[in-house]
Amino acid sequence: MSVDRATVHRIAKLARIAITEEEAAKLEGELSGILDWVAQLDEVDTADVPPMTRVEDVTIRMREDKVTDGDIADDIVANAPEADDHYFVVPKIVE
Amino acid sequence: MTELTDLTIAEARAALDKKEFSAKELAEAHLGAIEAANGALNAYVLATPDQALAMAARSDERLANGEAGALEGIPLGIKDLFCTQGVPTTACSHILEGFTPTYESTVTQNLWNAGAVMLGKLNNDEFAMGSSNETSYFGPAANPWRREGSDAKLVPGGSSGGSAAAVAARLCMGATATDTGGSIRQPAAITGTVGIKPTYGRCSRWGIVAFASSLDQAGPIARDVRDAGLLLNAMASFDPKDTTSVDRAVPDYTAELDAGVKGLTIGVPKEYRIEGLRPEIAALWDKGVEWLKAAGANIVEVSLPHTKYALPSYYIIAPAEASSNLARYDGVRYGLRVEGEDVTSMYENTREAGFGAEVKRRILIGTYVLSAGYYDAYYLKAQKVRTLIKRDFDTAFESCDAILAPATPSPAFAMGEKTGDPLEMYLNDIFTVTVNMAGLPGISVPAGLSSEGTPLGLQVIGRPFDEATMLRAGRAIEIAAGPLARPEDWWSKAA
Repeated sequence: MSVDRATVHRIAKLARIAITEEEAAKLEGELSGILDWVAQLDEVDTADVPPMTRVEDVTIRMREDKVTDGDIADDIVANAPEADDHYFVVPKIVE
Repeated sequence: MTELTDLTIAEARAALDKKEFSAKELAEAHLGAIEAANGALNAYVLATPDQALAMAARSDERLANGEAGALEGIPLGIKDLFCTQGVPTTACSHILEGFTPTYESTVTQNLWNAGAVMLGKLNNDEFAMGSSNETSYFGPAANPWRREGSDAKLVPGGSSGGSAAAVAARLCMGATATDTGGSIRQPAAITGTVGIKPTYGRCSRWGIVAFASSLDQAGPIARDVRDAGLLLNAMASFDPKDTTSVDRAVPDYTAELDAGVKGLTIGVPKEYRIEGLRPEIAALWDKGVEWLKAAGANIVEVSLPHTKYALPSYYIIAPAEASSNLARYDGVRYGLRVEGEDVTSMYENTREAGFGAEVKRRILIGTYVLSAGYYDAYYLKAQKVRTLIKRDFDTAFESCDAILAPATPSPAFAMGEKTGDPLEMYLNDIFTVTVNMAGLPGISVPAGLSSEGTPLGLQVIGRPFDEATMLRAGRAIEIAAGPLARPEDWWSKAA
């Protein structure tokens, strides 16, 4: 299975990565090459095989339902490109 | 006289106890080596001399007070994928440039608790995606080894290329690294160092920049098996902050190192003898089998029938998980922001400018295989194949205690040699990726030199959480192979 140019643009949009037409042309070949190569998995009969969800056969731990952390708002916004009074500042979303 | 930077961790630790030199002197020797070498090797993306000397001073105090830890005063390099409090952590990506964590990863905290000293942050492929360190935003690290009669720079492997190069060039006594498809074992093999990828869940992933969460695992790179075991002793722990961390006691991985392999059964997987296997790799593998046999191991052939499907299924699962993990880099909470007309174009411009070509390629593959209508055909199919790969190993381990295999399909290659074709680069992980898919521990041990005069490694694969037996076999190979020649120092500028 191959991806065409329109599909490259569609998945780039989904992934929120701006790409130029030139990049899209290159990616079309590269992504198709990779996807054609992984298609060899079709040879494997997996009809009765469950998908792996964990490598180790252990059940996931549940932690106690209580607050164990917090009061670190300064730390959380410390690396923000733009912050104001413990809020992240983003471009206007709603007109 | 032996240079301080030539000592092993075990030797240096014993000498610190005997007051033969101070932790400060040991740190200074390494900082000097970094200063002289880094222009040529680019192994460190950030040296932290002030922090190193402050930590060394505290180590000297604890040594004087009889409160020294297992790694007291030992200078280490830290892969730039580990969050270090107050010290920039970038995953060698433009999108995280300038990010300064306000917290410390569990693995590095464990090392500091044991008394280790941080020399700086080490180069790696961007977000650990690569096998040559050439995708780093800060430029490639170089392998201290060069081909006989050539001064062309070779890659140190990847993604933990800076870690492997720094350990091989004596710019630290050991280093942290991470392994998602081979990123510890492949660079260790082609730089003549020892690298351990522990069982999934053995080391906490908390505070490590995530790539593919079901595969990522931290481990050490060091100059011999004992040192790697000493580092793993400190790095491994149960951590409630990582839900995949496993609550099991951490044994002393060096306790049984010299027990030998007498009575152990070592499996040799026939499917690893792939078509086109380089004769020198096949010969090295055969030699490894002979060494272990001579040391008293029982050798059996084992079968891992789904081996050839491990790499293609990895290149569905890893990009899928990466596309999900890397969605967080959106120009809002940390790292780079490139403005746009609206919030969506701000996201798109930030990610366009912030990610390199290989990272974008993987995010796009991952987005595609997880997109509506394709999930079952790709991701679910790959996870089913993964079950079969794990079953292969379960069956093999019914008849053996550990498995011996090559670590890499070739010795170190030249910079630029494999950057043209992503698939060709991916094939570097052909012998290592199965271990990540099955969550097993693996170690790469130097075993000889290639026809080009550069290092080659052998890989031992262990049962889940049986790193100790795996290390015994690794140690037996190390003894049989004898000390490896050292690369000639071409990288240090005159002091």
